[in-house]
Amino acid sequence: MLTQEEIHQIEHEISLVPHKKAACIEALKVVQQHRGWVSDEDLKATAAILDMTPDELDSVATFYNLIFRRPVGRHVILLCDSISCWVMGYEGLREHLMQKLSIKYGETTPDGRFTLLPNVCLGTCDCAPALMVGGDLYQNVSPEQLDEILSKYN
Amino acid sequence: MEKPLTQHIVPGRSPLSLKEYEKVGGYQSVRKVLKEMTPAEVQTLVKNSNLRGRGGAGFNTGLKWSFVPMGDNVPRPKYLVANADEMEPGTFKDRLLLEGNPHQLIEGMIVASYAIQADISYVFLRFAYKLAAQEITKAINEAYEAGYLGKNILGSGYSLEMHLHTGVGRYMCGEETALLNALEGKRANPRAKPPFPQVSGLYGKPTIVNNVETLCCLPHIVNNGAEWFKGLSRNKSEDAGTKLYGVSGKVNKPGCWELPMGVTVRELLEEYAGGMKNDYKFRGALPGGASTDFLVEEHLDVKMDYNSVAAVGSRMGTGTMIVLDDQTCPVGFVQNLQHFFAQESCGFCTPCREGLPWVEKVLSSIDSGTGKQADMNILDFHTKYLGPGNTFCALAPGAMEPLQSALKYFREDFERHIHEQRCPWRS
Repeated sequence: MLTQEEIHQIEHEISLVPHKKAACIEALKVVQQHRGWVSDEDLKATAAILDMTPDELDSVATFYNLIFRRPVGRHVILLCDSISCWVMGYEGLREHLMQKLSIKYGETTPDGRFTLLPNVCLGTCDCAPALMVGGDLYQNVSPEQLDEILSKYN
Repeated sequence: MEKPLTQHIVPGRSPLSLKEYEKVGGYQSVRKVLKEMTPAEVQTLVKNSNLRGRGGAGFNTGLKWSFVPMGDNVPRPKYLVANADEMEPGTFKDRLLLEGNPHQLIEGMIVASYAIQADISYVFLRFAYKLAAQEITKAINEAYEAGYLGKNILGSGYSLEMHLHTGVGRYMCGEETALLNALEGKRANPRAKPPFPQVSGLYGKPTIVNNVETLCCLPHIVNNGAEWFKGLSRNKSEDAGTKLYGVSGKVNKPGCWELPMGVTVRELLEEYAGGMKNDYKFRGALPGGASTDFLVEEHLDVKMDYNSVAAVGSRMGTGTMIVLDDQTCPVGFVQNLQHFFAQESCGFCTPCREGLPWVEKVLSSIDSGTGKQADMNILDFHTKYLGPGNTFCALAPGAMEPLQSALKYFREDFERHIHEQRCPWRS
């Protein structure tokens, strides 16, 4: 069940575009903003508002890597694995994160605190390696700094 | 040295508010085009300025606009989209403009929109640029309040709406027709061309998609003229204007700088990026993002403009260079790039969907010491088979550019991995 607030926000997005389906990515963003991810049940409810079949909406949802169709932790870590960060040694950050959090890419810590995902170039290549935690950007990161960064997120 | 695009950008400082921006001449070009110029005159001015698309393709901007149907009996609404989906690996130039001076982008978008008589405009911004999203939202609101956006702008009779759209990932969205599909709430697969977006774009209506840096040049061209813009380049470059160049990798001062079009690779590397870090030697560089061919030592004096880089078999692309040093494995370097392209393929056409993962696997196998001599033939074959003309869009051909040039310039390193059954850089 979507909340009244979610439905209201989705209907607002629909009012901004020429036809309902065109608001579907915005609608998915609304649901994810409130719930952290988009469950099958939420997807069905959202599709109904948009006059789409759930499969149709899922084909869009699963195309975009930042729409989460599986539960994620409270803070999603996006680690840049593209070329400049690779040259500057992002692999050290990857190993440190996986060891420290005892998770692999795509996994969430048992306490639901962090999900670790690789991400394409974050567009800050002069400050590589870089990562984002919960939408915050960190640049020129060394493995030693990671512990302090992570401690900011509960 | 003139730096029109970045003159009001101070890294670390908040961008100028609308009032501050107006004090330093901001939005003058909007007044000028609305009051003194016809849309056709703006198009001609920009065509004559020889402004070429800064997203990488380098097409003449005024010429691109000229394919939009004009006059009273044309499909409406018409759209202008700022492509701020900067996701080409190694590219970080538009971020500077977006975070540093959002009003300059909005001003440029109004000029472009007026030139094609667009009714609605969008900034298509990538997810990761959170700060830019905040600054652009603020700036659009200020521009509405000041009457630069909305109905009957400055009493001219011309009206323009502007919206910010933030993406949810996928490199493909940077391709202009895929971007339009994403804006329409679809999977970001590219569209067949023709019809070109200028005729049938967003929701089937005439649409122009321009890169952020391209749009940011427009206020200055309107204020100072086409001849001034052409005079900004140096070293007898055939190209006009300034360019935002960047360097990343093992250099002393990685960064992004606005410089006259036509500076050489050497100037960029040595004067601006401060040369290679101690103990590292230059082996090559991708001059303009992940989908451009390597340049090597013999190309250090090549001018960084569209025609000069093309003349030596590469592309200037986005103008943001990624440096390969002697302590970094070229096979691993290319493997990282192919992993990116294989992952970001939209999967719509078979050669790209199937070919890129195969290339990635072959490179992984060579890199990890289990490659065979026949793998070299497979790689060579793919550089042709996934090249221009064999795929639906430019993603796979772009992916083949660094691979084919790596096979040309660093072939011995590939062969050595195969003969020694190990990566010489790792063990």
